[in-house]
Amino acid sequence: MDESVVLADIYKNEIGQLKHLFPEIIQYLVECGINLRGKENLNLEQVLENLSENLMQDRGLDRSILRDTINYLLEEKENSLKQEEVSSITIVGGTDKTGNLENMEIILKAGSVTGIVGPTGSGKSRLLADVEWLANGDTPTKRVVLVNGFPVNATFRFSMEQKLVAQLSQNMNFVMDATAGEFVRMHAESRFAQNSEQLSEEVIAMANELAGEQFSYNTPLTSLSGGQSRALMIADTALLSRSPIVLIDEIENAGIDRKKALGLLVKKGKIILLATHDPILALLAEKRMIIRNGGIVRVIETSETEKAFLSELEVFDNRMQNLRERLRAGECIDEI
Amino acid sequence: MKLVTVSGPPSSGKTSVLLKLIGLLKQEGSASGVIKFDCLYANEPVLFEKLNVPVVVGLSGNLCPDHFFVSNIQEGVNWGLSQNLDYLFTESAGLCNRCSPHIRRILAICVIDNLMGIETPKKIGPMLRMADIVVITKSDIVSQAEREVFSFRVRQANPKAKVFFVNGITGQGVFQLARMIDNANDTVTVQDNHLRFSMPAALCSYCLGETAIGGDYQVGNLRKIDFHKNKPLSNTQP
Repeated sequence: MDESVVLADIYKNEIGQLKHLFPEIIQYLVECGINLRGKENLNLEQVLENLSENLMQDRGLDRSILRDTINYLLEEKENSLKQEEVSSITIVGGTDKTGNLENMEIILKAGSVTGIVGPTGSGKSRLLADVEWLANGDTPTKRVVLVNGFPVNATFRFSMEQKLVAQLSQNMNFVMDATAGEFVRMHAESRFAQNSEQLSEEVIAMANELAGEQFSYNTPLTSLSGGQSRALMIADTALLSRSPIVLIDEIENAGIDRKKALGLLVKKGKIILLATHDPILALLAEKRMIIRNGGIVRVIETSETEKAFLSELEVFDNRMQNLRERLRAGECIDEI
Repeated sequence: MKLVTVSGPPSSGKTSVLLKLIGLLKQEGSASGVIKFDCLYANEPVLFEKLNVPVVVGLSGNLCPDHFFVSNIQEGVNWGLSQNLDYLFTESAGLCNRCSPHIRRILAICVIDNLMGIETPKKIGPMLRMADIVVITKSDIVSQAEREVFSFRVRQANPKAKVFFVNGITGQGVFQLARMIDNANDTVTVQDNHLRFSMPAALCSYCLGETAIGGDYQVGNLRKIDFHKNKPLSNTQP
């Protein structure tokens, strides 16, 4: 159906119908202080037309704001059904801080993991900002970022509104006062997910698979351990976030199965950028970009030799994990 | 000169964002000035002066700060013109959440932060709803999911605005913001222009200094809560 017809039609629906058809609109109107009791038989257009000027002044509203938001909710609901497919991102090199050409093209495919390494201040955030903004030669680095092999037009750039990149970093915390389940459900609802209840159960179950210690739907967010929080953030990003690209700034090595966590994001077809100096994570990536003086100086493919070391590193890591578990269980350590 | 009104709740990051933005514009060769509106105290001038940015502070004292803003803005524009500025930013906090300093055809930015809680976008009125650009700060310390829920709520309050995530400490995102304000209208005067939304009305005995409590002392534009119905402003479930 033509979009304008749908947009026009929504206003012809009676409030009673809308309650089932589009509860998000009803909820919005109620939150704006509009009394809908006894108006089940009026259509949306009539309700808007009948609003008193006094009420709108009190609430700091006018009809055009209400209409804009109703149209926005409608568009978002439609968009939630058709997902933008991003199968690859191409970073076309620009220049470093002194103007030297990067001279390279790096293709990042869906379901791949790419490391970013370099000292603090070397330009990792600039690289991220370029990807986030879909740079088009108009940022200080002069890089160009292509989506699915093509430059993006201005409309797409703004419609994405930085929804392209999801970020997971060590500094992040949950600040909300809610249970884990309530919170994930709220996220699902803001995505217009049809089965938000079931989806949030799935996210919690997935997070429990990644975390060493179990938590439930009813655990308050603020009482989650560092590992549990990280696990919940990753599971939520994998299952609920719309962003096709995930940038991870280190994953704490305690209380979370890092390999499984990355595997989950890969399986969901995310394009993963991983800023890390943790040897296990860095070697899990297929390749890594070396950043220096604001530029990408080199891309190293993870060699077979490096991959072979990986399993050895995992043995070390498991022994550390094991020690941790034994200490937690109250054991004495007489051998390691 | 491009006039830009920057508003947002106290401590949301208006000054930090402005400092980064003005720093960048300066590098690019543009001169900015700031008028900081506040009630009792403003320490920000020092920060702007460090950047050699001309700044004027207006303290509203016992007057409504947003009424104070609108009664001074034309003189502010004249000051900006006399300083040969490319950009004049006004910075003000919308203290009662119903005010808004935004003026028609003048670029309007609202700064809010992720830590305010996800209900906040619903609680802020025209200052958020009528802004052209919404800048969301403190995104680096909350989870991705909270960020997504928060920006959804912001979009719901103001679907037409461009939404930017800016890190006021590192300046990440400020470049994109600068490109947006390049398009602001040139302003030579705001004489005869209009606010985008009326300011809250206030004209009662308490505006004029009354401190005594009780019906006998209340004169003017007053409103009473109906404690029997206990549903002021028809905030009822359908």
